Amino acid sequence: MTQAQIPVTVLTGYLGSGKTTLLNRILTEDHGKRYAVIVNEFGEIGIDNDLIVESDEEIYEMNNGCICCTVRGDLIRTVEGLMRRPGRFDAILVETTGLADPAPVAQTFFMDEDVRSKTKLDAVVALVDAKHLPLRLKDSKEAEDQIAFADVVILNKTDLVSEEELRDVEAAVRAINPAARIHKTQRSAVPLTEVLDRGAFDLSRALENDPHFLDADDHDHDHVCGPDCDHDHHHHHDHGHHHHHGVSPIHDVGVTSISLRGGDVDPKKFFPWLEKTTQMDGPNILRLKGIIAIKDDPDRYVVQGVHMILEGDHQRPWKAEEKRETRLVFIGRELDAERLKRTFEACQAS
Amino acid sequence: MPTVAPLDLDGHCISACWLDGLPFFALADGQVHRLDNGHKTIEAHDGLLCAAVALDEKSMLTGGEDGRVCSIAADGSVTEIANLGRKWVNTVATGPRGAIAFGAGRAAHVRLPDGTINDFQHQRSVEGIAFAPKGLRIAVARYNGATLHFPAAAGKPVELEWAGAHAAATFSPDGNFLVTTMQENALHGWKLSDGKHMRMAGYPAKVKSLSWSAKGRWLASSGAPAAIVWPFQTKDGPIGKAPLELGTRADTMVTAVAFHTTDEILAIGYADGMVMAARVADQKEILLRRPGKGAITSMSWDGEGRRIAFGTEAGDCGVIDVAG
Repeated sequence: MTQAQIPVTVLTGYLGSGKTTLLNRILTEDHGKRYAVIVNEFGEIGIDNDLIVESDEEIYEMNNGCICCTVRGDLIRTVEGLMRRPGRFDAILVETTGLADPAPVAQTFFMDEDVRSKTKLDAVVALVDAKHLPLRLKDSKEAEDQIAFADVVILNKTDLVSEEELRDVEAAVRAINPAARIHKTQRSAVPLTEVLDRGAFDLSRALENDPHFLDADDHDHDHVCGPDCDHDHHHHHDHGHHHHHGVSPIHDVGVTSISLRGGDVDPKKFFPWLEKTTQMDGPNILRLKGIIAIKDDPDRYVVQGVHMILEGDHQRPWKAEEKRETRLVFIGRELDAERLKRTFEACQAS
Repeated sequence: MPTVAPLDLDGHCISACWLDGLPFFALADGQVHRLDNGHKTIEAHDGLLCAAVALDEKSMLTGGEDGRVCSIAADGSVTEIANLGRKWVNTVATGPRGAIAFGAGRAAHVRLPDGTINDFQHQRSVEGIAFAPKGLRIAVARYNGATLHFPAAAGKPVELEWAGAHAAATFSPDGNFLVTTMQENALHGWKLSDGKHMRMAGYPAKVKSLSWSAKGRWLASSGAPAAIVWPFQTKDGPIGKAPLELGTRADTMVTAVAFHTTDEILAIGYADGMVMAARVADQKEILLRRPGKGAITSMSWDGEGRRIAFGTEAGDCGVIDVAG
């Protein structure tokens, strides 16, 4: 019996960032999909719905010798339970507590065979309170992790900050995670199509949604940066790496992102390098995304990773008007930019 | 020749079992079907998660997504035993003299034969509960091990530690061993007299089904393309011994196992719905049911050891008459 894999959206964000408002919208608005929602506490969800399940957050370390391999045991059980009665919902939404590390949630959908066979992770969405983010970034690692991990960042409550503050907050988010889609909004009023069914972990769609992934040359100003934004990534036109560390006045330590760009790579060098890098730096790599141009291969190859978990596949042929180019972004802590750049460059096809 | 009387239902079968000689099929949607002079249906839960047959085989205990714990009698009558509101009741267990236990979140609740209810809180979720065969003792499977409680006595719990997430628990019929299934593809066991560990690993998939042979000489398990049957004849159980493999198939996983009521014959259910029986002594196999719509999720022999009730994840359930 084959049934379609049910998409799962993970919603992270601090208390007060607007998660409950967004959840209530997803549960009540007419978007043609039925959601099963897994929450840590029923709390303020104002809707009585059989498909809202309360679940005690249970982080389980896997005994596989990988120190960053953790899963959410309660999700394994709850998702299995939900999937025994399919047909009641089209997708699953997992809400995490404000302080949660998103990695175990995401890893559950890769590490557990039963869960993996029946569901697929669609995207990690982080809600960020524009007013309080500077404070959060100063006092917690989690706020930073949640942004670093996200495919979509919803910068909420923009009405509570000045234009200048908003620009700084955006710059901070962008510095932590240059690969995420950012939406500025008030009262969580983001179009739900920008949150749901993103396919961010789906290799056939990953990075297709975002034509400007790591694109320094023609950055989309409307959806990411203000008109006078001067992130350093605008000024890089050469091949090489971007090191986004320190570009923001309110984000000064912790997570950094390293962008690598190059031409065609030699697969005999590149894949062993990527595996070794994720094995070695896995605990420090929160997310990894990339589009790879493999020498003599007409297809684009896409990779994405969470800590030591690495997935890659041929996606589609390079289009005639597309520049064959390898682009990779590592988001994490204590990443050695010089080493990554040097070792990556050694993988270039001659 | 074995014959199969099919019962085509719609939905994932949690438990196929026998109450007072009648076949019962508890489905995940909360309906419990029984064959008692025709097909009858009981609306027991809004979402059924777990079920366990009472030791006297006159009733079954069920737990649901609706937070209810119910007892269902052979005549189909339903008695609500507890209602935990919106908590999912993830595990239920039945014990000697009518004792029962159920787990939700991080609490295990035990109702003793005299009706008193004791609650046991844990640091981590209660994943599985088992009663010891004698005396009132329960084991709670949890993250990093299992906890033994003595609900009738106010003694301190005994903690059995082993790193990793433990899901289901079962005592050997002589009460000497406790075995848990794990999140990893392995079983773990403790010899209770001295706490000695037994690692039973090497499965290609998670173990979901366990069954002890009548006298407890063997423990059969799913999770491989054969039933993996561990020897428990000696005082050290399977320590240092290799398991038997019964009903080996090239490419199809065993998903459910059930030992015969009295003999060392194992019913083996597969991911494609096939059911075989294999004898431990000579490993002789017979086909009981051809592949169906979905993986076998539950099987039970009747009291006489002549018929097997089976259920699948697709709902194509039925009763196999082994003698035909």
